[in-house]
Amino acid sequence: MSDIAQATTVPTLEERFSGKLIPETRSGYQGYIVKSENLIEVATTLRDELGYDYLSSVTAVDYLPEDILEVVYHFYKSTGGGALVLKVQTPRNASVVSSLTPLFPGAEFQEREVWDLLGVRFDGHPDLRRILTWEGFAGHPLRKDWKEPFYEGDVKPYDSRWPAGHISRAEDNNPFGSNVQYPQGFDPAAWVAEGDDALYRIMKKAEPDSEAEHLGSEQIIVNFGPQHPSTHGVFRMVVSLDGETIVDLKPVMGYLHRNHEKIAERNTFLMNMPFTDRLDYICSMSNNFGYALAVEKLLNIQVPERAEYIRVIMAELTRLSNHMIAIGTLLNDMGAYFTPMLYYLEERELILDIFEAVSGSRMMCNYFRFGGVVRDLPDGILEKIKPLVFDRFPRTIDELDVYLTQNEVVRARCEGVGVLTPDQAIAFSAAGPTLRASGVPYDIRRADPYSIYDRFDFDVVVGYHGDVYDRYLVRMEEMRQSIRIIQQAVNTIPEGPILQGAPKYQFRVPAGEAYGRVEGPKGELGFYVISNGKGNPWRYHVRAPSFINVTPLTEMCRGGKVADAIITLGSIDIVLGETDR
Amino acid sequence: MYGKGIIKGMGVTLKRFIDTYVDDLKRGKKRYHTAEGIAYRSSAEVSGAFTIQYPEEKALLPEEFRFIPFLVYDVEPDGTKKDRCTACGICAKVCPPQCIWIVRATDPQTGKPSPVSVDFYVDVDICMNCGLCAEFCPFDSIKMDHDYEIAVYDRMKYNIYDKEKLSKSASYYASIRPVNYAREEKARAEAEAAKAARKKAV
Amino acid sequence: MPEDLNTPGVEIPPELRGTVTLTTIDRIYNWGRRSSVWPVMFGLACCAIEMICTAASRFDFSRFGMEVMRPSPRQADLLLVSGTVTKKMLPQIVRLYNQMAEPRYVVAMGACASGGGPFKEGYNVVPGIDRYLPVDVYIPGCPPTPQALLNGLITLQKKIDNQSIKDLSWYSKTPDNGIPVPVFGPDIIDPRQNALIFDITHRPVDIAVESESAEKTSGEEA
Repeated sequence: MSDIAQATTVPTLEERFSGKLIPETRSGYQGYIVKSENLIEVATTLRDELGYDYLSSVTAVDYLPEDILEVVYHFYKSTGGGALVLKVQTPRNASVVSSLTPLFPGAEFQEREVWDLLGVRFDGHPDLRRILTWEGFAGHPLRKDWKEPFYEGDVKPYDSRWPAGHISRAEDNNPFGSNVQYPQGFDPAAWVAEGDDALYRIMKKAEPDSEAEHLGSEQIIVNFGPQHPSTHGVFRMVVSLDGETIVDLKPVMGYLHRNHEKIAERNTFLMNMPFTDRLDYICSMSNNFGYALAVEKLLNIQVPERAEYIRVIMAELTRLSNHMIAIGTLLNDMGAYFTPMLYYLEERELILDIFEAVSGSRMMCNYFRFGGVVRDLPDGILEKIKPLVFDRFPRTIDELDVYLTQNEVVRARCEGVGVLTPDQAIAFSAAGPTLRASGVPYDIRRADPYSIYDRFDFDVVVGYHGDVYDRYLVRMEEMRQSIRIIQQAVNTIPEGPILQGAPKYQFRVPAGEAYGRVEGPKGELGFYVISNGKGNPWRYHVRAPSFINVTPLTEMCRGGKVADAIITLGSIDIVLGETDR
Repeated sequence: MYGKGIIKGMGVTLKRFIDTYVDDLKRGKKRYHTAEGIAYRSSAEVSGAFTIQYPEEKALLPEEFRFIPFLVYDVEPDGTKKDRCTACGICAKVCPPQCIWIVRATDPQTGKPSPVSVDFYVDVDICMNCGLCAEFCPFDSIKMDHDYEIAVYDRMKYNIYDKEKLSKSASYYASIRPVNYAREEKARAEAEAAKAARKKAV
Repeated sequence: MPEDLNTPGVEIPPELRGTVTLTTIDRIYNWGRRSSVWPVMFGLACCAIEMICTAASRFDFSRFGMEVMRPSPRQADLLLVSGTVTKKMLPQIVRLYNQMAEPRYVVAMGACASGGGPFKEGYNVVPGIDRYLPVDVYIPGCPPTPQALLNGLITLQKKIDNQSIKDLSWYSKTPDNGIPVPVFGPDIIDPRQNALIFDITHRPVDIAVESESAEKTSGEEA
């Protein structure tokens, strides 16, 4: 009997990899530590044999006291479930790790970001250039010993504000009058800016016997943006054209890089909450939600029932608001100019009124706290939400459906354009409607449920063609599913407290790491927070869906026309605050 | 028939076009420049043009609306202004971008800190309107204002608000946030009563 | 409309009122400019969403003549800097301003464009666009609500009303070469500060103090 039981025991991961995976021993941390030379082998086995084919997040942490730069990988199964965390530890002064980009193309931009901000070199990466800052920038900013020009102290609150807070503007204390700093001995007149030559050189040209060669026409490189009416913010696409057909496309980001992660290391945990509003500035409640989940994991506190219901209602209203803008701007890109956008914005204004009444601001809500929400719903607000959700929104969404969905122009322009196959979508770590429109039914609210989503009855919306039209249809239907969830929530919301414990502004968060993720309207929004036991985070990383969803843009646009590239970008639905952080 | 989708869509646009005029005719003069007109045009039942014509009509702000903070002072029966702020510094400590600067007074005789602020500055070019200062003030002395008409031509001169500019009376606070004011006054009255009862017991 | 343009203090006979208007060049020129200020279709960050909401139906700014948002700076009058100005984006913004045809105005919308905002301490953030461009109106707020933005635009219109054709920079005799475009170096380089940068980075540094101040005035090398 016991022999049979032993024979059918599934070997643990450590046994399977015979010593290549070492479990984490630090308290509060999870996962396994791998050596860089074994990383490719372990990752291949995880993907091919154990089903962990979705590499969600690649980031790195600078442990200055221990002289380690640690690269952290979060793997998930595309069929659902929790994370498998792998870490590679390298010395700070010579940090080289094998690149996972050949196996998981979705790691491409994330590894470039780790190189740019922390200085970890990735061996085997096809194009390791800086992504958020520019070529020629001095230093790796997220390292703990790199200080920014307006540096005032390691952590907030700063002593200069109270009790002797004699005000001064930060730029008056800097010799240049602005937050700039230059290395010793720098001569600006002799400096030659590298410019974008490195980028232009690697752009692919058309094949030798293409149309262009026959006609003797020139192949040109065109810059879309960063100031362009269609790029949804300051985003730049460098496109190599053969006539009107796109041969190669490279996105350039960082034009809104606001150093969210560096500022977050100086802030206390609570101070970061209003900053998360500004990440994906259209869906501020969702961002708050993700961050609150991550820190609540570290603090190990429960959220009261009423607060959970309020959180779900706000998150779903945010999803409605976001999809309205997403579809509106997609139609704008298609040339329907502003009309559908105005119709959708009319509905969105009603949602923003609710946010203003509940939290105080239309867009920067700052409503969630660790252990609940900041204040209870004002009197009468549920009576305002009910007619919206039971009557107005279903009616107007149906009307706008009639307006746009069967429109021949929309169908002709969107069907078959910007196709992303399911395998590509998983390999490129796409998330949200981009992933689901390609046929992969992965929705975190069902795959790895958080909060009280398991109590609500809703469908995961999937499309099977992976083109722009499917992404549009997925968003339309997701709006209807969100309305369904809100209808159930407003009918069953209980009375009760809305915050666990008393309101506090100083949290002594136990040491450890936590990864809190939500199904944001644009995809998986994850917050990787590390605490060293004090009141300020040691490391704070945002897994931004907009940043990673742009990785397959080249694949989707290659071979298409210029106009198709614009609506493909519109269908991915990026927001620059999140892409650049 | 090819083009049916476009024609159906045009029907939606046409319906909205007609609705604009139908609603204007139905409601007549009351639709614009009246309080009930503004309330109707901001509600879920609106159909037709829903523009709120600023500056002649101003959208109603909900009570929780937050813009720049301000300091509350009470007016004593004899007319003197009494600041509620005790320069405890909590607002300066919780402010995420650290835009609040407070100089606490010292008692000239004992040299000990006294619960009054000599200077109080808010740098409006940095303030992110988050409301954390108002949320954690233990003396109900800093609150978020509703006034958003503060565009200026020269930020160096005007955009650091000093104590003079920030101080507004408690009656102004009651007018913009009546529910919160009533709740706080009730809590204060109860605290006073409890303190008086303790004193009496001693 | 003719009543607005009428110069006060000059009597027009009753039979000619409505037919004849007596005004100054300033008033008519200002009236023309303030009634159709066309913004560049340019939004950086969160404030841009409030700008879009201001352009949308509820807080229509076409009532002020501004709904024509031109993607090309050559055809626009107003650069509404809405959102955080980052060093990477700065050369593009300066180029846009240089390309705008006069008359042109700049409005710094939001805390970030006015003075860096909550992100002021960031290493990639410019603490206020007024270091590089001449700003006409600053609108505080994070983000300023559409009504606050409309208030700011009305403030700009008031400023235009008070301008005189004699003082405007674009009618002066001195040539305007535009603002020099910043260069990407180890940090953003403002060409107007080249001499100052050379001076400060070539000052002899005290050896004992070097390790501390080197961290303040110089960054870690790549």
